[in-house]
Amino acid sequence: MFNRIFAVASLALAASGPLYAAPQEDVDALRADFDAKLKSLQADYEARLKALENRVQTNEANANNARQEVAASASPPAAANALNPEISLILQGAYIDRAGGERPITGFMPAGEHAHGERGFTLDHTEVVASANVDPYSRALVNLALADEEVEVEEAWFQSLRLGHGLTVKGGRFRSGIGYQNERHPHAWDFADNSLMYSALFGEALKQDGLQLRWLAPTELFLELGAEVAKGQFFPGSDAGADKNGAGAWAAFAHVGGDVGVAHSWRAGLSYLRASPREREAFLNDINEFEALTAFSGRSRTWLADFVWKWAPDSNPRQRNVIFAAEYFGRDEDGDLLCQDDSAAGGACLGLTDRYDSAQSGGYAQAIYQFMPRWRTGLRYDRLDGGSVDFGTNGAFFDAVDFDPSRWSLMTDYSPSEFSRFRLQLARDKSLQGDPDNQLILQYILSIGAHGGHKF
Amino acid sequence: MKHLIAMSLILLGLTAPAARAALNVLTCEPEWAALTQELAGDLADVSSATTAQQDPHHIEARPSLLARARRADLLICTGAELETGWLPLLQREAGNARIQPGQPSYFEAARFARLIERPTALDRAQGDVHASGNPHLHLDPHNIARVADGLAKRLSELDPAHAARYADRNADFQRRWPAAMARWETQAAGLRGASVVTHHRNLSYLADWLGLKVVGELEPKPGMEPTASHLAELLETLKATPARMVLRAAYESPKASEWLAGRASIPAVELPYTVGGSPGAKDLFGLFDDTLNRLLQAAP
Repeated sequence: MFNRIFAVASLALAASGPLYAAPQEDVDALRADFDAKLKSLQADYEARLKALENRVQTNEANANNARQEVAASASPPAAANALNPEISLILQGAYIDRAGGERPITGFMPAGEHAHGERGFTLDHTEVVASANVDPYSRALVNLALADEEVEVEEAWFQSLRLGHGLTVKGGRFRSGIGYQNERHPHAWDFADNSLMYSALFGEALKQDGLQLRWLAPTELFLELGAEVAKGQFFPGSDAGADKNGAGAWAAFAHVGGDVGVAHSWRAGLSYLRASPREREAFLNDINEFEALTAFSGRSRTWLADFVWKWAPDSNPRQRNVIFAAEYFGRDEDGDLLCQDDSAAGGACLGLTDRYDSAQSGGYAQAIYQFMPRWRTGLRYDRLDGGSVDFGTNGAFFDAVDFDPSRWSLMTDYSPSEFSRFRLQLARDKSLQGDPDNQLILQYILSIGAHGGHKF
Repeated sequence: MKHLIAMSLILLGLTAPAARAALNVLTCEPEWAALTQELAGDLADVSSATTAQQDPHHIEARPSLLARARRADLLICTGAELETGWLPLLQREAGNARIQPGQPSYFEAARFARLIERPTALDRAQGDVHASGNPHLHLDPHNIARVADGLAKRLSELDPAHAARYADRNADFQRRWPAAMARWETQAAGLRGASVVTHHRNLSYLADWLGLKVVGELEPKPGMEPTASHLAELLETLKATPARMVLRAAYESPKASEWLAGRASIPAVELPYTVGGSPGAKDLFGLFDDTLNRLLQAAP
């Protein structure tokens, strides 16, 4: 700035000097003008310097104040919408290549919804999750699964935060704490589809409308006990069975876990579920290959055992890690089964109600290996044991089934970040008797918004 | 079932350790365990949920951690969203009312520190950005001093019977720490202005304190694993603006930094990052002693 003024001034002077003799008063006027400008500029700069100095001093003072709570004062004033719940959306879709039509698991009562049997491009469900602390005492979460013309309330619960003594209460609709996979939503599964065990037991997973109490022991070893009472309208319960005062279903579970060295950690669990379905409807293929409508009333008892083991060098899973999980169940149902009279339509049943007694079991084992950052591969084996099913006199209308459904699945997934995952899965599915199928699934899972961590 | 529960309760009662006087302190990161050790000595039973070999962003709320959080009298974490992927889960599932956010038994170091690199816009296209600023704040030793004051105060609030001892120990620490800082600053005077490449933005505070100039990062975006194409680009950049070394933390894979360092013919330096990250980093003083030794060895 100064330089430029001097340059202009000297140019002006140089130009005025030798070329023509300017009148003396003109030169004086110019000089006076120049001096005045220079002075005002100097004053201006001094003022600015002073302001800068002041600012530096206040900054220093502020820095000294940093010994007090700095972050609180430095953060921008919170707007009212800062109290909005944390919202996350989960998009998952797939391209599925497999045999068409429904593929019910042979020998097992269809749990809840029909097996969709979707193929080609599919959007699956889109999950909306919102959660926030209600107040210092509790937290609430809502998880909605959206599909065309359908909104399912997957979860809507509150959880206590301040009971202490290791106690936590959850109320509303929640995924039951039984088993290992049950609490995990499909976006957190390690395979693109559900295990045969959970498909057979609950359709997708057991949801409970009720209350859950958990207690964590004050011990070195992780020991957690939990109990649930619930309405019991979801399979293996039924709407009619849940239409009563008190609880239509109850569950209890115990988990233990810990570390072995630095690199290994594990958790094992044992769970029990008791439901009292009444008039639980299900379509079963009869000896005429006709879809007969049946209704079961009685009691349903399920035992589950689960085991998870994880390995990562130094417990740092970023480069490499292994997750092994296995679960096993046994389910006994006894009561009465009505097979509706459909003889007029070509069915075999005559509207008889007689005893129904089943004892079935099954499980899965899977291993996932992250062999380098972003890349994982996994293998899963599903196997169910058709066990014994006694239809009483209704047995005359159904073929005796001696079949153990099974499936092998192999997957590889690529996760560009912790918010996105792309997966290729191949499976050899032998869950439908007489119709083995080779399946291919290409899947994406994307999470946008505030997505918290998953449980162990 | 009832008998079983009653039995196990009795058993647990028998095996539970007798009431201890010491404060049971769980910290999210080793640096805060070391600081608590300085301020509380044998007044506290301190353990850290993570080690220097683990990435504090990516920790699993393992059963063993839940069991430890259940029994903690004081939980000390960095905050500023560093532990956002696992700490809220740990706090909620542990059934321990005292360590909930906002309670005196939950201490967040970031509230007492000076934070840098506060983002102007939040977008995941920028990678893992933390709204309140860079959370790796302990590598500026001034922050350690600030947090120590806050922590000493909190310890004496939680354990008023020993308030005087916490104050004494903090006064002693606040004498030894600035002296050490002065020594480190003199040692590192030659490093001022040196250009470096870092793996992640977890060394920003160190660079800020010592006046190192970070000219590149191995991660294409914060929190995303280095890619071959990004490293190749970085190598090109280094031809125009050479760096004196490639720095990484002990928990980060050496592959990317050694690849780049080898091709750029500069040293790759592994820094302990936190207490326990190297044999020399036994405590907070050792952490900075060893960090400076390694820096000075690589760029004498």
